[in-house]
Formats: sequence, C-alpha cells, structure tokens
Amino acid sequence: MTKTEKPVLLTIRGLRIEGRSDETWSEIVKGVDITLHKGEVLGLIGESGAGKSTIGLAAMGFARDGCRISGGTIDFDGVDLRTASEAERRELRGQRIAYVAQSAAASFNPAHKLIDQYSEAPVQHGVMSKAEAERDAVELYRRMRLPNPDEIGFRYPHQVSGGQLQRAMTAMAMSCRPDLIIFDEPTTALDVTTQIEVLSAIRDIVAQFDTAAIYITHDLAVVAQMADKIKVLLKGDEVEEADTRSMLSNPREDYTKSLWAVRTYARPVQPPVTGGTPVVSVKAVTAGYGAVDILKNINFDVYKRRTVAVVGESGSGKSTAARVITGLLPPRQGQVLFDGKPLPADYRSRSRDQLRQAQMIYQMADTALNPKLRLRELIGRPAQMYLGLQGKALTERIRDLLHLIELEPDKYIDRLPSELSGGQKQRIGIARALAAEPKFIICDEVTSALDQLVAEGILKLLDRLQSEFDLAYMFITHDLATVKSIADEVVVMKDGRVVEQGPKPEMFQPPHDPYTELLLSSVPEMDPDWLTRLLDERRRKANG
Amino acid sequence: MAALINIFWIAVAIALALAAGWLFRAVAIALTRGSVARMLRTAPVTAGFGMLVILIYVLVAIFAPVIAPFAEREVVGAQFLPWDSTYHLGTDNLGRDMLTRLVYAARNTVGIAFATTALAFIAGSILGLLAATVGGWLDQVLSRIVDILMAIPALVFALLLLTIFGTSVLKMVLVIATIDATRVFRLARSVAQDIVVMDYIEAARLRGEGLWRLITREILPNAMAPLVAEFGLRFCFVFLMISALSFLGLGIQPPTADWGSMVRENASLITFGDITPLLPAGAIALLTVAVNFVVDWMLHRASGLKE
Repeated sequence: MTKTEKPVLLTIRGLRIEGRSDETWSEIVKGVDITLHKGEVLGLIGESGAGKSTIGLAAMGFARDGCRISGGTIDFDGVDLRTASEAERRELRGQRIAYVAQSAAASFNPAHKLIDQYSEAPVQHGVMSKAEAERDAVELYRRMRLPNPDEIGFRYPHQVSGGQLQRAMTAMAMSCRPDLIIFDEPTTALDVTTQIEVLSAIRDIVAQFDTAAIYITHDLAVVAQMADKIKVLLKGDEVEEADTRSMLSNPREDYTKSLWAVRTYARPVQPPVTGGTPVVSVKAVTAGYGAVDILKNINFDVYKRRTVAVVGESGSGKSTAARVITGLLPPRQGQVLFDGKPLPADYRSRSRDQLRQAQMIYQMADTALNPKLRLRELIGRPAQMYLGLQGKALTERIRDLLHLIELEPDKYIDRLPSELSGGQKQRIGIARALAAEPKFIICDEVTSALDQLVAEGILKLLDRLQSEFDLAYMFITHDLATVKSIADEVVVMKDGRVVEQGPKPEMFQPPHDPYTELLLSSVPEMDPDWLTRLLDERRRKANG
Repeated sequence: MAALINIFWIAVAIALALAAGWLFRAVAIALTRGSVARMLRTAPVTAGFGMLVILIYVLVAIFAPVIAPFAEREVVGAQFLPWDSTYHLGTDNLGRDMLTRLVYAARNTVGIAFATTALAFIAGSILGLLAATVGGWLDQVLSRIVDILMAIPALVFALLLLTIFGTSVLKMVLVIATIDATRVFRLARSVAQDIVVMDYIEAARLRGEGLWRLITREILPNAMAPLVAEFGLRFCFVFLMISALSFLGLGIQPPTADWGSMVRENASLITFGDITPLLPAGAIALLTVAVNFVVDWMLHRASGLKE
C-alpha cells in the first residue's frame, strides 16, 4: 500500500493566519491547503517569513502570541481543531500530535533530567505509568542511536551535546506514539556531521512507527532526504506542491527554480599566488582561555585579492583564530604578521592605522549593529575616525558606501537597523567594514543567519568588492557550499588544529584527509537517495 | 448607608480622574505631532492622568508665589483655625495659612527631590556604566564600596550621616543622593553588562573608540529605557525619604514649608477628627501614584510587551 492510499490524517483547507504589528493585523498565511495521509512526511520549505513555522504550529491548532487563525479549517482525524475546546486540543497535543523545536537546547527545561521530561507527557495523558515511561524512554533512546541509552536519560540537558539533545527531543516527541510530529528546523543549528546522525535517526523512527510528519526547513537538500512530498511557500502563499522526486528533478515555478539554482553559484578559480608578501600571516599561533589551548600551532597566509575559507565544526577554533588576528585574544605563542610586519598582540596596543587595516564582519548583524544608531552614524563613524572626514565630505562618503552595497542612500541614510531586513543589515555590516578602507576583512559566518537567496546576494557583493578594492578575506564558515562558491584557499580545522589546507580545487579533489572526507561527504546533496547511499557506504566501510 | 455614599464618592472621584487623564491625553496628542504624538497614542488613560498630575504639581511649584494667598512663613491668624473663606484650609500650629504652606511645600519638597534624584542618577549611572565597561579591578573596587554602603539600612544610614554632618538642605541632598546612587549604580552596571558583550561593542572597541565615546554613544542609548523607568521609581523613593526625614526632624528645617514636616507639626489635629494634617500626606501619595502610572507606561514601552 503506498502512503497516499492510506487514510487521511490531517486536512487543512484555506488556512489564513494574521499577525499583529503595532495594533494592525496583517495576513501572514494566505490560504494554504494541506492534505497529509497516515505515515506520510510533508516537507515545508521557504525563506524566513514564508510562514512555515506558523503553519506548523497551526497544524496543532495553535497560534503564537500576537497571531490568530482567521480563516480555514484544520481537521485532524475528524476533530476540527479550530472549533475544538482548549481541553480537547490539550488532550491531542503531546499525545497524538507532537512538536520538535529548532533549538533543543532552548526547549528542554535545564532544571530537570531528560528522562523526567520524557515521561511527563505519557504520565500526564495517562498513557503509561512513570516506571513504564522510563523503560520506554531507554528503548527509544536506543532506537534513536543515542550513546549509553540506559543512563543518558539521567543526565541534565547541559550534560549532553547538541546533536544528542535534538535526538532526545525527537524521542520525547515519540513518547506517546503520536500520529503526527511537527519538526521545526530540527537540524539547522547543528554541524553537518552531527546533522547526518540526527537526520537518519529521525527518518528511521518515523518509518518504524508509521508516524506522519511535517518537516519544516529552509534547506532543500535536507528536505529531499526526509520528505515524501514537498510544498514550497513564499510569503504565506503556496508556490507549488509535488512529490519529492518530481519536485527536485522538475520544478514548475520560477521561484522554486531560483531556490534550486542558488547552490550553483561559484566564483571563477583564481590563479595561484606566486611570491609576494601575504597581507596577513598567522605564524605558529597557540592560544586559548585559562589553562586550555583552543588553538594549537596554527599557520596560514592570506594574500591580496584572495579569500581563505576557514572551515570546521563548532568548537574547532575558527572564531578563536579570528580573535587572535583582531587582537582580542593575545596568543600564548606565535604571532600575526600584517604586510610582513608583526602586529602587537593586544588590540589596545595597536595603532589606529593598524586597527583600520583589518576589519571584521559579524555573523549576527542584529547584534553587530548598535540598534540605537542611524545608518549615517553606523557607517560614517569609521570614516570620520580613521579618515578624518567631516560634514559634506562625510555625507558624500556615506552615500558612496550605501551605493556600493546597493542600498538607495536617500531612502536609507537616516534609518535605524530595526527598519532593515536581515540581508540589508548584513550589507550595512559590510559597509561599516569598507568605510575604514581596510586591506583585510574577516567574515565570520556572515551568511549563515540568512536565507539562501539573500546569502547568495551577499556573497556576490563581497566578491565584487574584493576585486574592486583589492581586499583579502578570511572567511569563517561551517558551510561547505559557501566554501565552494567563494573560497580560493581552504583551511580545514578540527579541535584547534589545521587538518588540511590548500587551494580550493585541490581540496575538493581526493585524496583527502579522513576528516575533510567526512566533512565533504556529510554535506547534503539534492538527491533523495543521498542519505541512504551515504549511510550504506559508511556502514560498508566500517564493516570492511 | 454612609459607607455606600462613601463608596459612591470614591467611584465618582476615580471616574473623574480617569476622565481627566483621557482628556489630557487627547489634548496632548492634538497639540503635539510626529514621534511625540505617536508615543502619546500608546499611553493608557492612567498614564494620561499621571502626566496631568505631574504637570499640575510642576505648575504649582513654579508659580507658588502667584497662587499662594499669603507668604510662606507669615503668621496670619490664630492657631488651628478651621476652614473658611479667608484661610481656605485653615491655619497650622503656629497660625500660618495651610494652603499657602502646601503650595510652597510643593516647590521645596518636589524641587529638592528632583535635584537629589538627578544627582543620584548622574553619579550612579556614570560609575555603573564605567564599572561594566572597564571591568577588572575598577569594577571590583566600585562594586564592593557600593555593597558596603547598601549593607546599611537606608533610613538609618541617612539619619546617622545627617546627625554627624548636621542638617542643611545641601547636606541632605548629598546624603540621600549618595545612598540612592548605590541603587542606580547596581542597575546601570547590570544593564550595561548585558550590553558590553554585544558584537557592536566589540566592533567599537576594535575600531579604537575611547572610553567616553563607548559609554555615551554605544552603551548609554541602549541602557536608557530601564534607567528612565528607574528614574521615576527612584524619584518616589527619594521623595518619601525626604518626607520621612522631615517628619523625624532631620530633613528640611522649619520654617521652610515641606509636606513631611507639615504632617508632623499638625499631627495633633488628627485626634480631633480633622483631616487637614492628612492633606500634605495626600499630596505626597498623589504624586507618587501619578509618577508610578507614567513609569509603568514607560516600562511597558521599554520592555516591548504587548498587553
């Protein structure tokens, strides 16, 4: 029996949801239909603001604070969730419909052990006794392939890793054997290598219990592994829906095609550098906090007009390397050379000109821009400080910079950061770095908080600015797709050491260091069979 | 029956107060424009009432000589005269006009409280921001000093210091400002500690910004909302402290009119069932409530909470 022949579990018709901002209601979901059969997995995909999470919650009959469901029907196995009483809905939630949130670390209560949180729902709903629930938890932990399933439940959330926590949360959602689970970006915050484990565990357990699922994500390659069918959303509207294979091979709408195409952007391969002094040269740097060395004997060079991508999982020391270069963390050993001359280790003892030469663009533009300053001052300050521009000349410079980052000066110059979109904020971060007229810019995960289309725009902009102003970039990222599109050279880090480094074309060709191999093979591909194939391959290798 | 009538009058008074608040808000919105009007539109009726009361107090304080029928320290009749057409609220224990004293006291008590709070804020928030921004030993030294000062109960400490240094308005202002600055210091420091870890502060430090610019342009604007709300609350506490000290005889010295000492001077009238000595206390209570209404609204705005 194929999945579509099974009975229908969830039917949503003409769903409309309104959100409130400043006393006015505006529609954020504009009439979406969903039909989900038992045991079927639907992938919801779209950029931020597309209404994915809102729809996911609405499938539980829930609307966030400041939102209301204003139209349509939500029928879950014969119960209309819109008209059902709060008590009826509470009876369904946790028991027949469960939810797995994006950040497990923020969703677990840090004061209780995992197993106690696991047994809460079954005991509450009277499905199992506490003792039964605990036995069941161990069983599910085992099925989720958590290490030490017998004892891991007796740990507190901060005592297990992010990937394990996400699996524990999925196990918890399974505790009442629900008919439907809503996964809201469950692997977005994880490293690629961890993501694989979580994805395969989720996929297996959903199949084992024949649970239907709504899988929300912005990552197409991930959804390709998980879903039976995919629905693409744009600004609260459905763009198209089709089963996974035909959606991937043959998207109908232009918007879907543009989403698919993003991953193919790559800058032309630059000829290798021959001679000359590197702009920044990190020489045998060992650094850390307290007694722990985070970086162990790191070496790499960044040349003019070249981008060095520093890749690694969280905790590998990528950002620490940036802090050493900027002088926030003086190294224990080794030094940083700028244009061949050593830089003082502490930023406070660097000259104003040395500070000007090396700028930084941050991951979270939200926290990197002072929310109370207008763009005029945000961008203008470095120009005023370093180049001594005043009055008209300063305004002129600010307008030029806004032009460079493709924002209309008249419209934006007096705005606050809160009046900009995520991508625009990141552009302001770039403009602020450019305002100092630097030679070297550190880009710390600058695209990881952005949607793919927006991120592509930022990468192209950085690329253009590099050739225009002869900049050298150090590009910190955990995303190998970004590395593919922008890097000239790649430095792979693990546990504070450089595992492998070299020009990009070489890095993406075998032979690799085993860790690089693991990283590269863990990047999801737009092929629905990729995960299955990869797992088979790894199993074969492990056995053979 | 009498109780019912009282409840009725209380209800009428509350309704009138709310109506006045609503009217004041409507007029204020009509008279202003742009961002101020937009801000006022978010104000609830209670905040409108609060602002109206504060405005009235300020006007009374400024125009005290015009409004008051007599001079502040003038003995105008017999002691404890009842309310009549010449002495609208009667006379006090020395035969001075009660209404006149009330009006002048607005000037003294509110003025001094405002000056004290402002002083406490300037000192407390500058030191607090400095401690959070610089950190290290400076933070340790300042915080420990503040801990020691805060370990002593405020009123006892104020009494102690005023007994040592003697009582004058200036000394009282300095003593209360010092005590309250410790509370402001703690708030400013903790608010700023959350801000200094933000990337934009790191960016400013790496840009080579000086300490003064870092504090005034990068940190202070982001710490402003809680500090403004605290200013309102602090103002009430200072106000009550001054009144308490005056009541105990160590605050504003006679013959200067102030509400705290007016309660004390005329307290014996209460035994005769006269409510006159309660009027200065009522004036204190009304202003405190009014300021808190406005502060509530500001806190609401600052925290971004909806309903």
